[in-house]
Amino acid sequence: MEADFSAVTGQHFNMAVIDLQHITRTYTSGSVAVHALRGIDFTLQAGNFVSIMGSSGSGKSTLMNILGCLDKPTEGRYLLNGTDISALKRDELAAIRNETIGFVFQNFHLLPRTSALENMELPLLYKRDPLSWKEIRQKAAEALEIVGLADRMDHTPSQLSGGQQQRVAIARALVTSPKLLLADEPTGNLDSRTSLEIIELFQRLNDEGLSILMVTQEPDIAQFANRIIILRDGLIQTDKQVQKRSAASELQTWKDESESLS
Amino acid sequence: MKLSAVPITAIKALRRNTMRTLLTALGIIIGVAAVITMVGLGQGAKSEVEEQVNRLGQNVVLVFPGARQLGGVSIGGGSANTLTVEDAHAIRDEIPEVIAASPEVRSQRVLVYGNRNWFTRIYGQSADYLQIRQWPIESGEMYTEEDVERAALVAVVGQTIVDELFEGADPIGETIRVRGLPLTVIGVLAPKGMSLMGSVQDDIVLVPYTTAFQRISGRSHAMVINVQVFNQQSMEIAQAKITDLLRERHGLAPYQEDDFTVQTQEEVAQAATETSRVMTVLLASIAGVSLLVGGIGIMNVMLVSVTERTREIGLRLSVGARGRDVMLQFLIESVILCLLGGLGGIALGAIATELIASYAGWPALFSTEAMFTAVSVSAAVGLFFGFYPAWKAARLDPIEALRRE
Repeated sequence: MEADFSAVTGQHFNMAVIDLQHITRTYTSGSVAVHALRGIDFTLQAGNFVSIMGSSGSGKSTLMNILGCLDKPTEGRYLLNGTDISALKRDELAAIRNETIGFVFQNFHLLPRTSALENMELPLLYKRDPLSWKEIRQKAAEALEIVGLADRMDHTPSQLSGGQQQRVAIARALVTSPKLLLADEPTGNLDSRTSLEIIELFQRLNDEGLSILMVTQEPDIAQFANRIIILRDGLIQTDKQVQKRSAASELQTWKDESESLS
Repeated sequence: MKLSAVPITAIKALRRNTMRTLLTALGIIIGVAAVITMVGLGQGAKSEVEEQVNRLGQNVVLVFPGARQLGGVSIGGGSANTLTVEDAHAIRDEIPEVIAASPEVRSQRVLVYGNRNWFTRIYGQSADYLQIRQWPIESGEMYTEEDVERAALVAVVGQTIVDELFEGADPIGETIRVRGLPLTVIGVLAPKGMSLMGSVQDDIVLVPYTTAFQRISGRSHAMVINVQVFNQQSMEIAQAKITDLLRERHGLAPYQEDDFTVQTQEEVAQAATETSRVMTVLLASIAGVSLLVGGIGIMNVMLVSVTERTREIGLRLSVGARGRDVMLQFLIESVILCLLGGLGGIALGAIATELIASYAGWPALFSTEAMFTAVSVSAAVGLFFGFYPAWKAARLDPIEALRRE
């Protein structure tokens, strides 16, 4: 898996994975127009880990949906690996969602009453070049291994803890070996210890070359990225590089503390 | 989407809600079973009629009294007293193509033998009736021309009479009574089975028509004249000649309609076949309605399923499923549901056909043709009624779908 990401990202290392040029998104409900995004410009270089913050209504989710090719901007250009997304049709967007982007939802969105392994298989079933069942099984198992849930393959979501469910969701986002991971409040429903574990996993994947864009409400979670963008009223208010904190070392500190307590 | 994953996904989805799947399929099961049973009964009746045509006898023409239809004006119908014994004799004697003619008179009477009795039909016929009907004698012998002439008190009985009145014992030489009139049994007919109209032909007693007219029925006119023509080619000309002869004998002026009807056995059989065909179509249509209702049930459940699984659809779309992948998934699910129903319907239909055939004694055929039709029809029902829900699912917007609770 390590080789996978470096090979993919290495090629385009100097190229912007995401290039947003004056993106706007206006919803019209009845006669009222709601300007969710008023003109967003930014580029994301390969291998970066970006946090996007902002209060609710600032346009975070709209931006994520556009970045994830689930929605199209009203105006502006969105270049993903150099391809203009705005011009693509519904099915072509589906193909990009399938192969280029991994999306992690706040609410996990796992198929209920379906094993972790089968949840992994879902994106692989929709690959444009169908894989053999053997390859599908193998890739699904590998993805679960990355997030450390190889021993929970047969568990259904209801048999897993929240953190484990989120890790299954992350594994599902990774199973098609995407170049870009988008995470919409991935720690929103988790306790701080579990959140830290998820962030540690993100940092590990990022170190291996995966570009990550994560929306979060929590400032201390945002600190683990190397760039923080703050949105306000559909515009970028702040965009700054930061020294990223190491989730691994904080996790270690946490462990040490809890050991000394017990 | 990977094609082999489509049916697997569909079956998993159906198994997740076993009870609902079974109840939905039940609608199709009942519909298909009804169609199969009705078609089976219809085809059974049809083949029975066809078989009857062969059993009817060879080159037979039937002359009925009265005209059955006269451009809307009926004059007397089939029971009019227009055919006489002399008409029958004239047909036999004056038309060269005719080799036998038997005036028929039927009565329903109670037979008494010892302390047993049996309600049956007594047919007055000429001595050559069995030759006309190609009906062999099993034991004993048929009455003769002389027996007819002197109105002898003799009878030839069918197999049912032997079984019911004599309890299977040999009846030859025994005396049975009809309203006190003693008849000596001189022959037993070979078993024949069911008639066109579904009555048991073996439930019959044959007596000379003279005996029937004078001593049993109290009638003076023939109800039918059974005529045998000597070969197939002469049938049409014989029919024409019979018509001319009877018009002349009945003194009909050219402007008057026939007061009788001449029909070949084939025409009678055709009418019966047509009747059974119409019945089959009618019954199958009614059964088809229940299949339609089953299909609507499928549509209902698939619509509920699409609504319930909106988030799943949203998820599938967001991980790369195209609209048509989602559509295919729901279509196949509906088709599999219907095919399940189709298979169950075949099984239930086979059992029902068998039960009706053995219990009600109706002839019924379980045809593979009806089976294939049922399966393809149920698949078509699945496609048709699954299309709208599937299309609805495919049109969903991934973001909206994911947000739906």
